[in-house]
Amino acid sequence: MTEATPKQNIHEYLAELDDIPGTRVYTAARARKGYWINQFAMSLMKAENRERFKADERAYLDEWKISEDAKQALLARDYNTLLDLGGNVYFLSKLFSSDGLPFAEAVSTMTDMTWPEYRQMMLDGGRSPIGNRSIKGGY
Amino acid sequence: MAKITAGVGSSHVPLLGVAVDQGKWQDDYFGPIFKGYEWTREWEKEEKPDVVILVYNDHASAFDANIIPTFAIGCGEHYKSADEGWGPRPVPDVEGHADLAWHIAQSLILDDFDMTIINEMDVDHGLTVPLSMMFGQPEKWPVKVVPLAVNVVTYPVPSGNRCWALGEAIARAVESFPEDLNVQIWGTGGMSHQLQGPRAGLLNREWDNKFLDLLESDNDDVRHIQHIEYLRETGSEGIEMVMWLIMRGALGKTVKRLNRHYHIPCSNTAIGHIVLEPAD
Repeated sequence: MTEATPKQNIHEYLAELDDIPGTRVYTAARARKGYWINQFAMSLMKAENRERFKADERAYLDEWKISEDAKQALLARDYNTLLDLGGNVYFLSKLFSSDGLPFAEAVSTMTDMTWPEYRQMMLDGGRSPIGNRSIKGGY
Repeated sequence: MAKITAGVGSSHVPLLGVAVDQGKWQDDYFGPIFKGYEWTREWEKEEKPDVVILVYNDHASAFDANIIPTFAIGCGEHYKSADEGWGPRPVPDVEGHADLAWHIAQSLILDDFDMTIINEMDVDHGLTVPLSMMFGQPEKWPVKVVPLAVNVVTYPVPSGNRCWALGEAIARAVESFPEDLNVQIWGTGGMSHQLQGPRAGLLNREWDNKFLDLLESDNDDVRHIQHIEYLRETGSEGIEMVMWLIMRGALGKTVKRLNRHYHIPCSNTAIGHIVLEPAD
């Protein structure tokens, strides 16, 4: 039998994913950490759950195995903190929809811009990759 | 014998579905985007494909955080439009081609691709927006669809190289299906965009166009682009472009480009669109 070697070293691969400025790549580690945040968000796809959540957000969150930090971040709609805690934007978008917030407007809250500023940046061609590619490399 | 006659690459931004559903596709914002698809809509009317193998990703609609299939193929008879939190899109149900889908699934597994098989699911904007872009608003979709869902959300997602190889295997599988069928394969998602964190809003016109150039070329360099390059250059969600490589891999070494379009922005995203046919 020949010995198989993976094409890519998993440790080097994962280390590179942490080198992107202003980005939390949704790795397996984040997916594990944020599992119940994401499953909670997923539950908001059902109208009856949205109603119960809106009626008493705290009580609804208390039904889930979510840390106190994450509950506070969910109540505050602090999406950058939720990304740090393992939230994923496609799941969190169920919360954007429940709040009646357009996707792009919700995304803008994670940047240092207001929604009108962000919208204008997109109309002007978006954020440049220059200087935004690598933390270590600074390019 | 069934045959893949063409490949289409297209973004699947949900806002494009909204534009179609609300009749805004000719306004100042959306007009230039939809103009880029006009040629393709006419071409599809003449081509009349029987089946589209539609490569897309589910956005936390059919799959939750529990089960994460890397490659999943829909083998059902029909699929409903998913409720993504604001009610299902008002589009026709999607009709599957269960015979072809099961044939492809079995062939791929024998060809060393360990597919997940799905019998029942709802399909979200990733699948229905490209149908709307290509076919407008018919009462019934003019094609049957084999959905092929790829995990491009939880890392590691499949490599570009693996996606290309899967495309090659799909072409082999289609060619061994006995019924005469005109089959297209569509790769969807992208192009550059980032929907999360302080770097959100990143777009990269130059890189996206280089990617389109590579798809048109008769070498396969594009399959070797690493995840880290997509992430650095095209934003955290630009990785969806690996799904275009399944389409390109299915077309063989040489292709002829029939249409190409690029537009910035649509919401957070750079819109890209390409139509290719095999030319070997």
